[in-house]
Amino acid sequence: MKHRLPSTVSEPAPVRWTLIGIALAFVIITLVLPLALVLSQALAGGVREFWGALAEPDAQAALRLTLTAAAIAVPANLVFGVCAAWSIAKFEFKGKQLLLTLIDLPFAVSPVISGLIYVLLFGLQGWFGPWLAAHDIKIIFAVPGIVLATVFVTFPFIARELIPVMQEQGTDEEEAAATLGAGGWQTFVRVTLPNIKWALLYGVVLCNARAMGEFGAVSVVSGHIRGMTNTLPLHVEILYNEYNAVAAFSVASLLMLLAIVTLVLKTWIEGRAHRQVGAPVMETVR
Amino acid sequence: MTQSLTGAPPLLSRAYFTRDAWRGRFRRDSVLPGFGLTLGFTVCYLSLIVLLPLSATVIKSTHFGVEAFWAAVSLPRVLAAYRVSFLCALVAALLNLVFGLLLAWVLTRYEFIGRRLVDALIDLPFALPTAVAGIALTALYAPKGWLGQTLTTWGIKVAFTPLGIVVALAFIGLPFVVRTVQPVLEGLDAGFEEAAATLGATRWQTFTRVILPTLLPALLTGFALAFARGLGEYGSVIFIAGNMPMKSEIVPLLIITKLEQYDYVGATAIAVAMLVISFVLLLVINLLQAWTRRAEQRR
Repeated sequence: MKHRLPSTVSEPAPVRWTLIGIALAFVIITLVLPLALVLSQALAGGVREFWGALAEPDAQAALRLTLTAAAIAVPANLVFGVCAAWSIAKFEFKGKQLLLTLIDLPFAVSPVISGLIYVLLFGLQGWFGPWLAAHDIKIIFAVPGIVLATVFVTFPFIARELIPVMQEQGTDEEEAAATLGAGGWQTFVRVTLPNIKWALLYGVVLCNARAMGEFGAVSVVSGHIRGMTNTLPLHVEILYNEYNAVAAFSVASLLMLLAIVTLVLKTWIEGRAHRQVGAPVMETVR
Repeated sequence: MTQSLTGAPPLLSRAYFTRDAWRGRFRRDSVLPGFGLTLGFTVCYLSLIVLLPLSATVIKSTHFGVEAFWAAVSLPRVLAAYRVSFLCALVAALLNLVFGLLLAWVLTRYEFIGRRLVDALIDLPFALPTAVAGIALTALYAPKGWLGQTLTTWGIKVAFTPLGIVVALAFIGLPFVVRTVQPVLEGLDAGFEEAAATLGATRWQTFTRVILPTLLPALLTGFALAFARGLGEYGSVIFIAGNMPMKSEIVPLLIITKLEQYDYVGATAIAVAMLVISFVLLLVINLLQAWTRRAEQRR
């Protein structure tokens, strides 16, 4: 790809350098400056204050809750993603297009509404509210609600990565395995899994980043009880609104680290997948 | 998105011969196991997590009656919020369109130091939690911030105005246009451009008459995706918006405000109106994506 194009199909050098210059300036202002700012604000009070903000019990509780929500949401959506991809990519059936559209729905829903729908179901005023209250089960303003909202917003991530890759690969290899007497699970683990492992990992990385970073949906169902129902992003909000900028940016820098690790992993997986299959079919968008 | 390297879909011939064989039945025969189990689980999980809660919300809104519903969504404050959300998302998506095309162009066509780094950074808005983006942009554009300082001396106020909402939404939506245009640009056949040059077209003519029409479906898809995302966005906006009712209050924030005031009818009605708009947009995006794919296959 990167051989020099003949001059008839490229721009004169001044135009080229102007365009590159504008693009770089834009990237620095919109993407690099916010990152630099988070880091500089986090360290504005010195390293000790930075660590203090992270070691504080409420921050630790928020970190634990964020990890818990992701630890439930990601595997749940992983199992769903694999099942959805297997049935959609390996079989022909009616209504497949509708099913694909329905799987995409959570992407179209505003995060705030993603939280609201569970409040309307399980909140005190909701359909199951009175029954839940009578049985002393708390979902809204408690951990189960946070997990549900996280599952909802990260719902399509893994399925969307797997479906196009598995469709591209067709069914020939699996059919050969089945003909040779392999069972369903054996076929999946030995034949399908090696073919989709990069797409799978890719989906998991993106799903995890969203699960740990989700704000709007979780905000609606959380109730913002410090040390109890606060996730890391919500903790950032509380600290920021209390004008505790150093602490807010210190916790934010932890989430920024998550974003950077995600980007590094994503780039690495894209490179690996590219080497393995030539042209990866990855849905980077969304 | 991309077609297989061999060109023709591998199953085409078989699909052609057996297309009629399973007409009238739910699915085509296969030797592979696990269809019932995986599809059953998929449908159950989808219904429990997504379909039931969404339909419960819509059903709940029908209990209010047409008048109450209309009264809730046509309050001046609600209409103002819709206007703010729409206009800001629109302007931000237009900015994404221009700069997204520029970035996609520079990243696929030119070689320069740091190109791979920039390419990886484009996805930052997807990976960075929105609350972090929100407070970072606010601090950056606040009157005393790194950028706000300079902008204030020019008389431009960004933070705590609708302009701030545009900045936040432009940040969030940036990857959409870049990532939809990039693969199309990479797959573009240089032959067309050479032909145009041979026929005496200037570079600008080639760009506007040959390249741009080819990119149009992808550009529109990216624009629609960015716009749809901007309409519903919450986390990155609320810190920088100032959240003044009638002026810089977005729809998602208004839903939360209504909810906190225990105005469930108001919150649900606004949300359902918003859901309808989102689903129409989803439909439009699906059509645009189908168009993009067809355009790609024609080449």
